Amino acid sequence: MQDLFDIDSALSEEELAVRASVRQFVDERILPIIGDCYVEGRFPKEIIPGLAELGVFGANLPEEYGCAGLNNVAYGLIMQELERGDSGIRSFASVQGALVMYPIFAFGSEEQKKEYLPKMAAGEIIGCFGLTEADYGSNPSGMITMANEQADGSWILNGGKMWITNGSQAKVAIVWAKTNGEKSDKSIRGFIVPTNTPGFTAKDQKGKLSLRASDTSELVFQDVRLPKDAILPKSGGIKSPLMCLTQARYGISWGVIGAAMACYEEALDYSKSRVMFGKAIGGFQLQQQRLAIMLTEIVKAQLVSLHLGRLKDSGKLTPQQVSFAKRNNCDIATNVAREARRLLGANGILAEYGAMRHMANLESVYTYEGTHDIHTLILGQAVTGLSAFN
Amino acid sequence: MKIAVCIKRVPDMETRFKIAASGTAVDEAGLKYDMSDFDGYAVETALQLNEKQGPGETVVVSLGPDVVQEQLRKALSMGADRAVQLKSDRVPADGLSIARALAAELKDGGYDLIFFGRQAVDSANATVGPMVAEMLGLPCATAVSTLDIANGRGTARRDLEGAAEIVEFALPAVVTIDEGMPRARYPSLKGIMAAKKKPLEVRPAQLGAESLTLEKMELPPERAAGRIVGEGPGAVPELVRLLHTEAKVL
Amino acid sequence: MANFFALAESRSGALRRVAFETVSAARALADASGGGEVHALLSGAPGVASLATELGKYGADVVIVVEHAGLAKTNVEAVAATAAERIKAGGYRAAIFSASAEGRDLAPRVAAKLGVSMAADVTTLELVGDALVVKHPAYAGKVIATLKLTGSPAVVTLRPGARAPVESAKDARVESAQPAVDPAASKLVVKEMIVGGSAKLDIGDAPVIVSGGRGLKSAENFKLVEDLAAAFGNAAVGATRAVTDDGWRPHSDQIGQTGRQVSPDLYVACGISGAIQHIAGMRNSRTIVAINRDKDAPIFKVADYGIVGDAIEILPVLTAAVKEARSKG
Repeated sequence: MQDLFDIDSALSEEELAVRASVRQFVDERILPIIGDCYVEGRFPKEIIPGLAELGVFGANLPEEYGCAGLNNVAYGLIMQELERGDSGIRSFASVQGALVMYPIFAFGSEEQKKEYLPKMAAGEIIGCFGLTEADYGSNPSGMITMANEQADGSWILNGGKMWITNGSQAKVAIVWAKTNGEKSDKSIRGFIVPTNTPGFTAKDQKGKLSLRASDTSELVFQDVRLPKDAILPKSGGIKSPLMCLTQARYGISWGVIGAAMACYEEALDYSKSRVMFGKAIGGFQLQQQRLAIMLTEIVKAQLVSLHLGRLKDSGKLTPQQVSFAKRNNCDIATNVAREARRLLGANGILAEYGAMRHMANLESVYTYEGTHDIHTLILGQAVTGLSAFN
Repeated sequence: MKIAVCIKRVPDMETRFKIAASGTAVDEAGLKYDMSDFDGYAVETALQLNEKQGPGETVVVSLGPDVVQEQLRKALSMGADRAVQLKSDRVPADGLSIARALAAELKDGGYDLIFFGRQAVDSANATVGPMVAEMLGLPCATAVSTLDIANGRGTARRDLEGAAEIVEFALPAVVTIDEGMPRARYPSLKGIMAAKKKPLEVRPAQLGAESLTLEKMELPPERAAGRIVGEGPGAVPELVRLLHTEAKVL
Repeated sequence: MANFFALAESRSGALRRVAFETVSAARALADASGGGEVHALLSGAPGVASLATELGKYGADVVIVVEHAGLAKTNVEAVAATAAERIKAGGYRAAIFSASAEGRDLAPRVAAKLGVSMAADVTTLELVGDALVVKHPAYAGKVIATLKLTGSPAVVTLRPGARAPVESAKDARVESAQPAVDPAASKLVVKEMIVGGSAKLDIGDAPVIVSGGRGLKSAENFKLVEDLAAAFGNAAVGATRAVTDDGWRPHSDQIGQTGRQVSPDLYVACGISGAIQHIAGMRNSRTIVAINRDKDAPIFKVADYGIVGDAIEILPVLTAAVKEARSKG
């Protein structure tokens, strides 16, 4: 889209090159098929090798583990471009990179990193992230999934997880569980669980009206026996999975801008070619207002995420800043998508256009990884010093 | 093999172009640039040849101001080994002077193959490749849609109007790459990072005198309002006549 | 008064239409210069001399005939050397080649041999003082460049079809000549000529797209669309979403909002009403032809030329007419 604020001038040559390459991939390989995938309720597995060859999985992790070693702004731009395709595609990459590769990188042993990260970067191993449970979404500390250590050092895992992206196609799951019967969230540890381990089952959740081009699953663990080295040794307490969520939310704050950009561009293009009452509808004040508001909100979100990325690269990022960006950007993206759909009139309800697909997707993105409301409370706490959670 | 690929920076052809105030160029405001499509196929062809038949070296060359480094870096991030910018403040309209500068650069390079796109998608001349071949005394297979290289010889297919030729030539040779050859790969993110460390040499372009000048650029006359040529099969001869004489597409 | 050179292409023992175009364009320039001569170079296998007189009809004063067994197939290096030698010796004001596959191959080599600049794929030529001024469509035909050639001789390639040949009867003198170099010494050799065999084009690449919609009534009737595409020789087949959804054509053929977005030189929409989603995929085509039964269909609003009627009846007639027009080419 037109770079009215010349934000590109704040990006480096490599950052622009990364964006250009992923953008081209999305234009040529994802946009032509995504509408049909959505209607069919199918995640397009066929693009995984192409995404891996590009190097999008864990792109901000170091080269020594087979990753691209990009900075966080370049990583954010990748998320933006993928979600310009579809939130489901971006979710896939977010989960693989920020929620599976990142915890292995941050909390794993050197052996675990060497074993898993290169294969995950290459798309040979797909992962999923099990934190949320049916009754514990916004409050993960309440989880009931439990891992108990056995005399021989192995672990027995019992419980279940819900709303797990990539769950049914993953080869490994990062599962967060309380340990050794302790109810406190301080006992929470992360485990690398191969999904073919006896007692592990995953089944797709049916009937979704959002993120239809993405697999969402329920995981059930029934006496799943894990070896001693399945535990992520450096994980400890609820703080560990929350660190992962900070990574993922960071990517989401960029990603949703992509969805909003796609909707804006589609609406702008449509407004110039759709003729009603003898002129292009883009010439009517009401549509111009829609477009002007969309553009304004997108540019503001872009500036927020870019600054957030620079903070992250300089090591100054706080989770509250990520909450700010995730909350704001998801909110404006859902509004942009809805306004785009309305501008498109009746055509806007067709899968042939992206607006309604993005609009429905964004309702999930608005809700997952900390709902809009929870991020509101995090900001509220940050400014008042008073917690509204309990 | 040592392969040179000459590439050009061009604007996106999907753009609705405007003419700049000078009247001799398109307005650059808001244009998006990339390497010319066929040049991308040429880079890809060179990379694949060296990957399959390696070891080799792929060198990309572009003539123009510093902005062409963006396209050279893209070729490096696709996998080319090094890049050369023949620096000039503009790309001349005169293909002969471009060919002279390229020939001077490539002459003593020891290249087995020199690739071009079949034409730049903006200026659409298709002249520089064969001119360079002539200046270097090399055979030139133009607009090839297939290419096999084995034992120091090349075999290629050229599509002509309503026919095709299979040509053979000895290396070293110049080849211009057409549709049918492999599409350019996406620069991988690792490739983009690696490209930063690859050599990009900058030398002044030895352009020489020009005897072709660009006098004016203008938009073609507005598309006349569509018209119904007639009804039923009886209207076909008139349609064909118009396509031939007016639209000039037949 | 100045003399002009034209290269006359032949294939399979017959002159090509582009030969008459270059000769005729040279004739017009010679006349404009105050009545110089047009010299055409005709090369080929022994026997090609018999074609020389035909060039006189389009204004050639002299036909330089080079017959050699080594020129039976395209031999760019030998023909370029011969043309360059003749052009140098003839003192021509300009040398005109066709912007055909062969001419685009020859002319740059000739220009480089002569050390002169050239203009490619021109649609008009005009003598202005000492210069030759030409127009050249660039930027995918979206911009017209006016170029001035001040070198001598000026070398140009003329876009096929840009200038219809005009008869201007001359009794062409035939002058026999030898190739300037041994044709057998060429470094690039044509091993095989395949007539009519051009590879299947992708809709993203094809200069011409013939596209069908529900108005064709059945998958079987797409044969008519394919036939027309084949008649063009450089065409691909496209389809609307309705048609690919019905399985009449593969999804890869779909042009429109969710399918491929194309901008060929010529887009022929057959039995397509022109839903906005389809138009989004093809509106940037250079020339649009629509064939549809409903004269109020939106496709006629974007079409340059329309025929109102049943595509199933019209397509075979159009296919035959295109074939005929192309055979003259």
